[in-house]
Amino acid sequence: MSDWKSIEVFGLAKAEKQAWLLGQLNRLTRHHQAHCQPYANLLAGQGQQEGAAESLNAVPYVAARLFKMLRLSSTLPDNVFKTLTSSGTTSQVKSQIFLDRDTAALQSKVLVSLLSSFTGKARRPMLIVDHDGLTGDKAGFSARGAGVQGLSFLGRDHTYALNSDMTPNWPVIDDFMAKYANEPVLIFGFTFMVWQHFIQPLIASGRSNQLPQALLFHSGGWKKLQDQAVSNDTFKTTVRQALGEQVAIHNFYGMVEQIGSVFVECEQGHLHAPTYADVLIRDQETLAEQCEGEIGLIQVLSFIPTSYPGHSILTEDLGRLLGEDNCLCGRKGRYFEVLGRLPKTEVRGCSDVF
Amino acid sequence: MTNNERLVTAFASSLNIDASQVVDELEYNTIPQWDSVAHMVLVAALEKEFDVMLDMDDIIEMSSVKIAKEILAKHDVAF
Repeated sequence: MSDWKSIEVFGLAKAEKQAWLLGQLNRLTRHHQAHCQPYANLLAGQGQQEGAAESLNAVPYVAARLFKMLRLSSTLPDNVFKTLTSSGTTSQVKSQIFLDRDTAALQSKVLVSLLSSFTGKARRPMLIVDHDGLTGDKAGFSARGAGVQGLSFLGRDHTYALNSDMTPNWPVIDDFMAKYANEPVLIFGFTFMVWQHFIQPLIASGRSNQLPQALLFHSGGWKKLQDQAVSNDTFKTTVRQALGEQVAIHNFYGMVEQIGSVFVECEQGHLHAPTYADVLIRDQETLAEQCEGEIGLIQVLSFIPTSYPGHSILTEDLGRLLGEDNCLCGRKGRYFEVLGRLPKTEVRGCSDVF
Repeated sequence: MTNNERLVTAFASSLNIDASQVVDELEYNTIPQWDSVAHMVLVAALEKEFDVMLDMDDIIEMSSVKIAKEILAKHDVAF
């Protein structure tokens, strides 16, 4: 079986991709059955015996909420060196994701491989739309901290744009803008924070066109912006007004349960599954796989996790498959859109909580 | 200072560990002090000390003191 590094990030068409990914997912199902008793029990309860799915839609999945209810770990407690927790307000139970060295290293490598297909391999000066202090705890990260940390490998001269009270740190921002006005830079932040705590203050202060060669990655969900009736198009137009007309803007969809293999928005505005991961849409009542164009729950697949059984997860997000292998951007694989969270589930979004 | 001494100093100060701990066999994520946060501090320190610019693959691969030397060697820093 080919090593993941030898496979182009968005290079495999349907048949080849399924052959590769299915082998990886079956390997992981067997691994977790053998190493995580609660997971083995779940599969047994569903009548699943062996990790031998014959198609991607037959790979057993774990509901995202189970990571809140059960301790799902496939590694020995001594090997857990970092525990990630989902954000979520204090009244909510948090997901816990147990990482060992191998899984954490693979997450970093895959994330860099994937995102560098957009940025190039050179590390750009990086402006982080957050405050310094998210990643201080050695034992665990919040989802936000993990996101910032994961992307920091792509950058250099990491500069935090905000004060701890979420106001813009203008001296720092102005320094960064003056220093790198004529260079490709990388900006990363959670969607709502970029909008509310960076772009809006920039515009209000009259600053414009000061990072014309920037590439912005942002993630964390649109809920708060939808509440303000801010669409993705409005978001992009406004970011370009603030930073420069040619600024590249890529949203990505990802979650703490599957760090690494994220789904990045292309130039056409579609979220793409990389070779290392995939999405399926399931009917929210019957859980049957939905056809292209139909709305349902998003299931995410990833070849990464060995320390916890998170290679196939049914999320509480609603989405719609838009196509496969034929996006105008030229990338192979499935592309889709996220339409928000299943009503009646608890509100959750990385950037919703300070 | 020799290049090796400069490297040991950069590691010790970035990871906040004793210089005696900085041996070839020391690996990323095997001690709490060398985690992903400290790794970026270390990368910045090595870049400054040896006046090099490491690319993404370099810093991802830099998983031990020994490999750090090999990567710096690629950038014409001899050990």
